[in-house]
Amino acid sequence: MLRPFTLHRPETAEEACALLARLGDDAAPYAGGTELLLLMKLGLLRPPHLVDVKRIRELGALSDGGRLTIGATVTHRALERSALVRERCPLVASVARHVANVRVRNVGTVGGNLAFADPHSDLATLFLAFDARVELASPRGRRELSLDEFVRGPWETARRPDELLACVRLTPQPSRAAAYVKFGVHERPTLGIVVALGLNGDGPEAARIQDARIAVGCVGPRPARVAAAEARLREVAVNQVDDVVGAVGDAAAEGVDPADDMHGSADYKREMVAVFVRRALRVAAARARGVEPVSRFPYAVVA
Amino acid sequence: MDGARAPIKIHLVVNGRPSDLEVAPHALLLDVLRDAMDLKGAKRSCDTQVCGACTVLVDEMAVSACTYLALEADGRAVLTVEGLAAGDSLHPLQQAFLDAGAVQCGFCTSGMLLTARAMLAETPAPSREDVLHYLRGSLCRCTGYRKIVEAIMAAVETAR
Repeated sequence: MLRPFTLHRPETAEEACALLARLGDDAAPYAGGTELLLLMKLGLLRPPHLVDVKRIRELGALSDGGRLTIGATVTHRALERSALVRERCPLVASVARHVANVRVRNVGTVGGNLAFADPHSDLATLFLAFDARVELASPRGRRELSLDEFVRGPWETARRPDELLACVRLTPQPSRAAAYVKFGVHERPTLGIVVALGLNGDGPEAARIQDARIAVGCVGPRPARVAAAEARLREVAVNQVDDVVGAVGDAAAEGVDPADDMHGSADYKREMVAVFVRRALRVAAARARGVEPVSRFPYAVVA
Repeated sequence: MDGARAPIKIHLVVNGRPSDLEVAPHALLLDVLRDAMDLKGAKRSCDTQVCGACTVLVDEMAVSACTYLALEADGRAVLTVEGLAAGDSLHPLQQAFLDAGAVQCGFCTSGMLLTARAMLAETPAPSREDVLHYLRGSLCRCTGYRKIVEAIMAAVETAR
């Protein structure tokens, strides 16, 4: 059961921000409700006011102006099925296809997922590896933050009470080969790994890795890139990645900050980070060479 | 710009029948269907969008009625398991579930049927993988899923 609340349905971002500014901590922005309503049912959150942001047209838009702009109220399903996203950032569409279950994807939104900052999120990890930036609107104007600046910790973001998450922007990188692998036995992933390999242009077999991104999500308080693991991949030829997967996996495991919880002990998670970084790296390297790898792992999803 | 706490008038079509209702902003679709409309097919089970027992279709889209505000259905068509059969003739999916023995305790069945229907509307010729992907998050604690998947694949064959 939900406790009663007052519902507001602003039509513009300005109206929404004015409401949020006036109501302060008494208000929560509401879109799909897939996270918010759960916590309200449990009584863990009791906002007397909800500000429904789904009528704000700009928040529902997906557009391409050099950078791909994903409005905050775009659903996971819309992201999965968008021809624009599939063409410009195929991994984003593919990861969206595997968020939670179809009912959550039909209703849940990209902005809600990010603004909630549940550590067991797929999108935050993905967007971190892709250098995505979020735009926040407020009565004072707009500001853009990197994902790293925005997500501060478990259920904690840099969004101020009068700010509205308007959109996420990312720059498509067609020369990058990437993979997302997640693993878990509960509804939410136990870990999620993104490996994105920026290559030089020497053809699929001779290409070398110029810029590797490895982001690890779900095991720590927030998604994090592991610089030491990324550094091990610099100037490695894509057809020789097998020689370094072990070292890269170990470096990633050392670089994370796991916690004990119902998904497993910190030691277990560290070990799984090594395992799944190796796997994700092999998948990304195969894709870099134009080969779709055979990748079937128990309780894991490869996007 | 003042918000609403008092009941809001909504108009929706439930199982083909137009309905005018007044719902409080915090009323959940599941409670409105079960209590106000006496449609008990959708079940409250996990209450956290994990299990699928409360699945109904809103404009042919599967949603968890346990975590969906009733007022979001304003202006939309809601389908529950009670609206699946045409009079006395079962929907092909219902018949296939019966034929395959895909029902044991039955608690998940309405959600499974509606989820399958939503999938077939999008993907009329699904692979077994497509079915398994779409049914993720629809939990059955009796059948082990095999017969449910068989039933859906059989319904696809029959429709060809």
